[in-house]
Amino acid sequence: MTSWTNLQTALATTGYIASDDLATALHIAITLGRPLLLEGAAGVGKTEVARALAKVHDTQLIRLQCYEGLDASQAIYEWNYQRQLLSIRAASEAGETGSAVEARIFSEDYLLERPLLKAIRQDIPPVLLIDEIDRADEEFEAYLLEVLSEFQITVPELGTITATTRPLVILTANGTRDLSDALRRRCIYAHVDYPDRQTELAILASRCPEIEAHLSAQIVGFVQKLRAEELEKVPGIAEMLDFAAALAGLGIKDLTTNPVVLHAALATLLKTQSDRAAVPTEVAARIAGKAA
Amino acid sequence: MSKVTRFAAADPGPTARVSGFMAHLREHGFRLGVAETATALQALSCVNPAVPSDARLALKSVCAGSVEDIAQFDLLFDAFWMNEGRVRHKVMSTEQVKSKENSTNSRTDETQSCTGKGSIHAPKDGDDGDDTFAEGTGKLVASQANNLMKKDLRELVSAEDIRAAELIAIRLGKALRDRRSRRRKAAKRGVSIDLRRTMRNSLSTGGEPLRLAKRIRPDRPLKIVALCDVSGSMMNYARPFLAFLAGLMRADSASDAYMFHTRLVRITNALRDDDPLRALNRITLLADGFGGGSKIGANLRQFTNGYARNFVDGRSVVIILSDGYDSDSSEVMGVALAKLRRRGCKIVWLNPLKGWKGYEPVAQGMAAALPYLDAFAPAATLNDLANLDSTLARL
Repeated sequence: MTSWTNLQTALATTGYIASDDLATALHIAITLGRPLLLEGAAGVGKTEVARALAKVHDTQLIRLQCYEGLDASQAIYEWNYQRQLLSIRAASEAGETGSAVEARIFSEDYLLERPLLKAIRQDIPPVLLIDEIDRADEEFEAYLLEVLSEFQITVPELGTITATTRPLVILTANGTRDLSDALRRRCIYAHVDYPDRQTELAILASRCPEIEAHLSAQIVGFVQKLRAEELEKVPGIAEMLDFAAALAGLGIKDLTTNPVVLHAALATLLKTQSDRAAVPTEVAARIAGKAA
Repeated sequence: MSKVTRFAAADPGPTARVSGFMAHLREHGFRLGVAETATALQALSCVNPAVPSDARLALKSVCAGSVEDIAQFDLLFDAFWMNEGRVRHKVMSTEQVKSKENSTNSRTDETQSCTGKGSIHAPKDGDDGDDTFAEGTGKLVASQANNLMKKDLRELVSAEDIRAAELIAIRLGKALRDRRSRRRKAAKRGVSIDLRRTMRNSLSTGGEPLRLAKRIRPDRPLKIVALCDVSGSMMNYARPFLAFLAGLMRADSASDAYMFHTRLVRITNALRDDDPLRALNRITLLADGFGGGSKIGANLRQFTNGYARNFVDGRSVVIILSDGYDSDSSEVMGVALAKLRRRGCKIVWLNPLKGWKGYEPVAQGMAAALPYLDAFAPAATLNDLANLDSTLARL
């Protein structure tokens, strides 16, 4: 029996360090074939979960990025109008009859698959990532409910297309707006938080193995201290990795030695003017000193 | 030895225990149906249910559906499964179980660490006449401590109050809402056709206007975000304010509500319960510390740095219901409000004391807040709140 710890280990080999909560939720979602809803602040690695899972299962990752105004033609399917028109023109010159043309232009050849349709028509179950679902309109969320429970999509001209395989669905949300109860109830839920020190060290070690232990500890300590400061945009894991890469690129061995270079490297962590102003060189040096 | 709860000998089995647990969660405001119980059982079969930590993680991923739920879940789990609350003496109230329970004690004295402590015996319902015990069965310890407060809240606010407040909230919402632009903008669905864009789009389809571009008059609602102070000094005014919050949540699905005393709690979801009185019950569980001290500055700062990032923008009106007596330094409040202002929202401060003759905002906190307010109005009763629409319409 594969248990959630096996999954946790498998994820770790791809470089994703999952907490117990997340690994269990993921394991249950996969076993029961239910969608998994991930919530948490920006930059804690929600999207990365899907990527790691696709790697573990050695399957395709299909991503649907949600935004306000996202509709069926961008998420599910659309007809290739240009090709259809060309085909009609060509048919009229060749003298083909109306119904034959119609049958042809509304066939699979002219259907443009968008992520949702594509996801249910794969031979190997893919990982379907529906990113930032809270950005999409409520109508779309409601539509998604049907797709996620039935795994079938109706194209009026073709009929109902049933899933050949069930994709592993991962939804992520940032809390831009409240999601409906109906959606929450259909999903297995996990909340992803900023990693603790040990986890973050493990992430750094697996992603940037060239960085020495001493510097890693300093980097993680520094970033975690920085997260406690009052910032507009709190640096996430990706930013931490950028920061580490920048330091490695600059040939730094110790954070405390050169405050000026450290301040320059902060460009990878602090992304707004006011945050830059809030952490001047001295402050950065002080935090680095504490983290050391 | 483990602290795992011993269930009654006559207990009908794991399925019943899990459904008992689901009922326990439901009592504490989780929205779970029969389908979730089935999912929970399935989830338990995915892990090793005999390991408490595994079972906890599995049930958490199924039963909790939001950050607020997760915060409560561990406590509720411990109360039911880990013997930390008063132990439920029956798992399901089926007739046959009941009759047995009434005649025998379901727990034995051998229970590990509990030996000799008669008080943790599960109470028997009914015949022995000990009603006080019977009332407490299966309740969380924490909520027992809050029981007094729970009653208070329900006594404070009646269903009529909430209905009245709902009407007021609808009125306020209208005052804020009905400001539609005369311009039109492109939209997916709309009443009128955008001819220019339709023509432009038709180029790619050889001049056939296959997709009609639409235009819509943009709806530009202002969203109300209410922060209610429920510290000790505000207890006298809790009634209209809580009713107002409950009414607001029911009247306007875009609004948001928080309450704060020594810490800040988001109560939007709890207040959206279909049953207004049960909604009040749910917030009592969240608002542990009701009627205590107040840290307005710190809470506002937390709000500005946390929730406000997602929920407050240029089209929000932040309503703060507080008397401004802050145990923090007033500086903190000023900084927090200034930062909140920068998000582009309007800030309205409703102070129950302002209605008093000769009131001056001399409390340090209040004085520090004044420069950042778009409106500062009295509100001590529901009527005061009702008269706010003209103030809000001017914003």
